[in-house]
Amino acid sequence: MMERREFLKKCILIVAGASVPISALTLIDPKKVLAANPDIQWAFLVDTNRCVGCGFCVKACKTENDIPLEANVSRTWVERYVYTKDDKRYVDSPKAALDGYTESRIDLGRGEFKEIDPKNVGKAFFVPKLCNHCSSPACTQVCPVGATYKTDDGVVLVDQTWCIGCGYCIMACPYAARFFHPVKHVVDKCTFCYHRLSKGLDSACVNACPFGARKMGNIHDPDDPITKIIMNERVGVLKDEFGTKPQAFYIGLAQEVR
Amino acid sequence: MVEQIAQQAMVVHGEAWTIKELFTLPNEYIYWSIQIVMYPFMTGLVAGAFVLSSLYHVFGIEKLKEIARFSLVFSFALLPVAMMPLTLHLQQPFRGINVLMTPHFTSAIAAFGIVFLTYASIVATEIWLVYRKYFVETAQALMAMPNRTMIDNFRMMVFQALTLGAWDISPEAVEKDHKACKIMAGIGIPVACFLHGYAGFIFGSVKANALWMTPLMPVIFICSAVVSGVALCILTYVIVQEIRKYMARSNMARWAKDSDAPGAEELEAIKHTEVMISSNYLLYFMIAAMTLEILDLIFRGYTQVKSWDILREVIMERDFTKIFILQYLIGNLVPFVMMILPGRTVRRTTVATVLVLFGVFMMRYNVVIGGQAFSLSFAGFMDYHLPIIPHDLETFKEGLFGALTVIVTPFVLFYFINKFIPAFLEEKSTH
Repeated sequence: MMERREFLKKCILIVAGASVPISALTLIDPKKVLAANPDIQWAFLVDTNRCVGCGFCVKACKTENDIPLEANVSRTWVERYVYTKDDKRYVDSPKAALDGYTESRIDLGRGEFKEIDPKNVGKAFFVPKLCNHCSSPACTQVCPVGATYKTDDGVVLVDQTWCIGCGYCIMACPYAARFFHPVKHVVDKCTFCYHRLSKGLDSACVNACPFGARKMGNIHDPDDPITKIIMNERVGVLKDEFGTKPQAFYIGLAQEVR
Repeated sequence: MVEQIAQQAMVVHGEAWTIKELFTLPNEYIYWSIQIVMYPFMTGLVAGAFVLSSLYHVFGIEKLKEIARFSLVFSFALLPVAMMPLTLHLQQPFRGINVLMTPHFTSAIAAFGIVFLTYASIVATEIWLVYRKYFVETAQALMAMPNRTMIDNFRMMVFQALTLGAWDISPEAVEKDHKACKIMAGIGIPVACFLHGYAGFIFGSVKANALWMTPLMPVIFICSAVVSGVALCILTYVIVQEIRKYMARSNMARWAKDSDAPGAEELEAIKHTEVMISSNYLLYFMIAAMTLEILDLIFRGYTQVKSWDILREVIMERDFTKIFILQYLIGNLVPFVMMILPGRTVRRTTVATVLVLFGVFMMRYNVVIGGQAFSLSFAGFMDYHLPIIPHDLETFKEGLFGALTVIVTPFVLFYFINKFIPAFLEEKSTH
């Protein structure tokens, strides 16, 4: 017959001794194993050299995703950069470039505009922007209810039925890719047109771009033409200093583009 | 669907009070407006009021006895109000409960509900322990009353419920209460600091925001929280004592008719000691808060990282009046000088506390709104215009009247709580 004290002592000994080897064991979650090496990982490629600022992508995106055309928010937008010969820099994106850049004057906000003498223009270019679908997104980290998340194939989505509308993700995003939907009153953002991707279609903006400035590909497929460009050419990402590992790559990125 | 949506008036959240200048990104607005200014301000008051009450309960600073009791009850009245601005600013207020249902713990806000409820239960427990004897005595007195009116019956029921069935008020039992109370207050101080340091963390951890992101933020928030909490307690205490003095003089209140009730002169004397001692603590915490805030500013100016150009323009030019005149000069320096000059009086201290409260409010304002005053592109600015006359629910909630509602609520709550948990209970037994 073992005494109680003896029994407890032995128990403690066994637990302490066994805890070391047992802690080395891990339960395998099939989902996690698959996610570590998924077949698909979506990435976006923007060739800024090809963008002419027509705004078709913005219109297509808003139409496809039910973002009111007149609302001053957008899942994607195009910025115009103008550098003058006297070393001044002007940037604008009126109405997110919904109607394209049909005017030469620069929108300075507060209803003011600036006409630049064409002879004085040093260089000028357009930069399309959208959610970067970062590998370590700041927005999903800060959502208090877990309403925004990253899918296994690399797309950051929002569960609009669960979003409480606190706006913390909007604050956390270094790219201002998020906004409040003016009708639904929850956070909205680019989804890479996930509803189209999952049917094998291109996203609306890629589809609408007449010059091939916007492309999408599976970065885990070495034979994907987009992957090849990203691997072989000199591409850059926006604001890498935040450590979010953006998955939208840019060809011809200027350092002033933030 | 698209046409239908397009036909509706399309004002995006934030557009009503944001004025954009130069290049701002299309989706940038001042999304966090006056209610998010109120949120750290109100939680700061809660935490500060509690810390003041703990000075007596934990460290046994006898001279603070009366104001400590008052601050405890007042911090209880402030508690529900800390939640109010958060709920008011949500785009989906009815989904606010989701935070407790599916907390996502990588988020700094997710645990807020849990921390807040822990803190609330600590304050409630402490109040119960302090007032248990009073609850029992009042309930017994009411029960012994021969012909009770409806109101008396109602009060009796409330007090019976408040005792929670613990009717033992023997000296040993009361002594146990005191001990437990001391322990609760001891736990309460770190939790109160955590509650508010945590509010600072919510801002300080936003890496996308150049103004907010600093590890000093939680510490700055705690110090200014204690400053504002102590200041509000002194101010409210002085006002309430003035009212009591007036009542004592004119025999207005029921308690004033008692033969052993404190007279006006006696009240004045108590008030003087309590205010003088609490304002010393106010000074200590003000020094800490100001040092940290200025350290942060100097550090930014000295290191001059990428964001400094735009921050300098916001801090030194666009928001100069709000930061240096309203916050530092009127809100910090003037009251500080007022309190350290010799011959400090209650009146001068009271004026100083008003200025201190204003200064802390401006600090919250400059952090929350100032942090959104510049574009992520570092090439544009956003100007905040507080909606004054509301034209829809949103401009009410996130406008002047929404903020005023939040400010007034704790005083209304205090009035009712004071009916059952009188903040000035000890008077009779001490005199």
